[in-house]
Amino acid sequence: MTDKTTAAAAPKKLSLKAKYAQLTRGLGWETTYQPPDKVFPQTHFEGIKIHDWEKWEDPFRLTMDAYWKYQAEKEKKLYAIIDAFQQNNGHLNVSDGRYVNTVKLFLTGISPEEYSAHRMFAMLGRNFAGVGPQIAAQMQSIDELRHAQTQIHTISQYNKYFNGMHDFRHMHDRVWYLSVPKSYFEDAMTAGPFEGIVAISFSFEYVLTNLIFMPFMSAAAYNGDMATVTFGFSAQSDESRHMTLGIECIKFLLEQDPGNVPIIQRWIDKWFWRGYRLLTLVSMMMDFMVPKKVMSWKEAWDMYFVQNGGALFRDLERYGLRMPKYWEQTVVAADRLSCEAWNTFYNYAAAANFNPWCPTAEDMDWMSQKYPGTFDKYYRPRFEHYRELEKQGKRFYNTTLPMLCQTCQIPLVFSEPDDPTQTCYRESDYNGMKYHFCSDGCKDIFDHEPEKYVQAWLPVHQIYQGNCFKPGTDPTAKDFNPLAAVLEYYNFGPGDNMDYAGSPDETNWLKWKGLAKSGPLKMAS
Amino acid sequence: MSVEIKTAAIDPVRQTFSHVARRLGADKPASRYQEATFDLQSDCNFHYRPLWDPEHELYDKRRTAIRMNDWYAFKDPRQFYYGTYVLNRAKLQDTAENNFDFVERHGALASLPKGLARRIKAILLPLRHVEYGANLNNCYISAYGWGTAITAATTFAMMDRLGIAQYLSRIGLLIDGNTGESLAVAKDSWMNDPVWQPLRKLVEDNFVIKDWFELFVAQNLVLDGMLYPLVYGRFGGELSQAGGSVVAMLTEFMDTWYAEEVKWVDAFVKTAAAESQENKAQLSAWAREAAARTRDALAPLAKLIYLEEARAVLDDAGAQLQARLVKAGLTV
Repeated sequence: MTDKTTAAAAPKKLSLKAKYAQLTRGLGWETTYQPPDKVFPQTHFEGIKIHDWEKWEDPFRLTMDAYWKYQAEKEKKLYAIIDAFQQNNGHLNVSDGRYVNTVKLFLTGISPEEYSAHRMFAMLGRNFAGVGPQIAAQMQSIDELRHAQTQIHTISQYNKYFNGMHDFRHMHDRVWYLSVPKSYFEDAMTAGPFEGIVAISFSFEYVLTNLIFMPFMSAAAYNGDMATVTFGFSAQSDESRHMTLGIECIKFLLEQDPGNVPIIQRWIDKWFWRGYRLLTLVSMMMDFMVPKKVMSWKEAWDMYFVQNGGALFRDLERYGLRMPKYWEQTVVAADRLSCEAWNTFYNYAAAANFNPWCPTAEDMDWMSQKYPGTFDKYYRPRFEHYRELEKQGKRFYNTTLPMLCQTCQIPLVFSEPDDPTQTCYRESDYNGMKYHFCSDGCKDIFDHEPEKYVQAWLPVHQIYQGNCFKPGTDPTAKDFNPLAAVLEYYNFGPGDNMDYAGSPDETNWLKWKGLAKSGPLKMAS
Repeated sequence: MSVEIKTAAIDPVRQTFSHVARRLGADKPASRYQEATFDLQSDCNFHYRPLWDPEHELYDKRRTAIRMNDWYAFKDPRQFYYGTYVLNRAKLQDTAENNFDFVERHGALASLPKGLARRIKAILLPLRHVEYGANLNNCYISAYGWGTAITAATTFAMMDRLGIAQYLSRIGLLIDGNTGESLAVAKDSWMNDPVWQPLRKLVEDNFVIKDWFELFVAQNLVLDGMLYPLVYGRFGGELSQAGGSVVAMLTEFMDTWYAEEVKWVDAFVKTAAAESQENKAQLSAWAREAAARTRDALAPLAKLIYLEEARAVLDDAGAQLQARLVKAGLTV
């Protein structure tokens, strides 16, 4: 070998892309001392065929030095604003105290899943056999950790002044409706790596991010929540990288082998429906929980799924993909989804970790305008009835636990696709047991993998089986109150649940804003 | 005279999250590290068994033989959460960037004695593959470990190792004028040269360790604990003496990084060993076994670098590791 210490007179200038390619050149492990199947044991069992991992390039092409630099710049700005927010009681600038319930939903329902995503992408980063997807997944893993941690730091200030989120992780593992996002993510993580990435990177991030993450951030912007919206802006460039991974992974898998197409299509059908059901929570947030509305659920669904998603799937037709199964049902139900959801949370105000309310006259007028075909006909009378009962001091609570869907874990509260006045029930038999579903989509998912979904930790079943009480609780005691015992298991304190009207949050809000007759702000230097 | 700004003070309802307060023993202000770390991982009521490991829950403490009463007993002495991590690394990166710039601007590598440049190519460049192996191993721990205290720290380590692999690549590009030829040669040597085969086998053997804490010991404690003193410490010193202080500039990131790694890795091992006799015995057995394997795997590399002094140098690296193990409470 000649000893060339001097390079050719002027070294080649490298573009960022070329630099990335050189820096990661040949890093992929082609093992010879240990069999590849032992080093990467998860790449075959799902039936996906990969002929050339090299074709899956890391779409981010960020070298670590650049990553540290850019992310540190973003972090400096973000924490400067969080600090300012805290120093200046920024939580007092939101549109109304009711808004904070959106933040509670976000911190208990979404932030823990950012951590789940961190773990899932670590699994993918280790299990994919090519260097491109490994690095891409690893970068997403650390980004998701970022999102979990910065969300906690952002919302920490709200936790100091408002109830319902003080034990967000404990609640996340226990509270009935939080099993909806929890089971969704665990479903993806317990699947194989290819299904996992199709579920989260494509079906969730690429197809639905504008309907999950962005509505919360837009709501924050519209409602004066400086902290959360700053986080949102700061995460935007991460999110677009993650979306890119979603579309690249789909194209790679489809191009590798024609046998992959039907498998991917089935995953897209499943994860579209799973994701859509999860969005039920977002629909009610958009239509009912946000004091200053951004757009209606129906408008968002039409724009982001029907139009943008439709264009996407037309583009993917050349690979042999079609629109996800049952998508038409989501369009029909767009007029009803949020009302069915908010009604449920109004019914079960005792058991959720935020403070719901009966829509005000102004809220209802907005709904009438956004949902001219359905709101006045089906839902306004119900809410007006609730309001009448409230006036009479007979606020309606549903004290019977609902039947949950075995797949999505939402109570069976949705209506038949062709009849808004009938509740939709489906069922399947498996090993001598009956299982119940909210929809055709959820039943199909179960029927394909019953051995998986029979394992679901269904909160209502668990309560009835006595698994949702603190150790030491005696259900045979004379004065045993099962609801109180469950709330204790959730670690709910005063003000975590029940109506916004009369809640400690409302009382404090009015006091802090100087709107209450007593208790003006004290001035201190 | 002091300037006073009047602000409205309102009393918070609470100081921190309940799960954090339970760990602090009272509701009192918590640090950002604590709020970003404690109990962030789900720990009960899992829904489905993984298709890829039906014997275990999604997260399962039984994926390691180490037993802890509290997996958040592990405290990162650096108190890294994402924000503090990237800010710290951006600073190190800034220094590294200036160093690489300096070397490039002055064509400093061109003025190296010829034998030295050859040694850099032969010794440093293939190590990028070891670094990428370390990246995958830390990725494994982030995937299957228990608790955020562990997975956050190993995630930062995972990205660090990719970063170091890339810095090593940049040294190659400085030498070959951005053609990548030196990296191709290094890869070929890594795959085929007998000097590297025992080390390559060692990394591959580590890839198939199932117990993530054992892997932590084998990679972060033992392999790094011998390789870094052997290569970056001593060889770096030797290079400087031979007129290669320029190389020390290019590996400054690795030196700073390793000094920091030792602190948190030792703290974690010490915490696990202090928990019980069983942990201590298990960790000691793993460390002994890994140290023996690792020493054998590094022997040809030591010989390549240090010739007849190789044994003494390896002994020294081994002694440094031994001292750390003893300090962490292991029996060796």
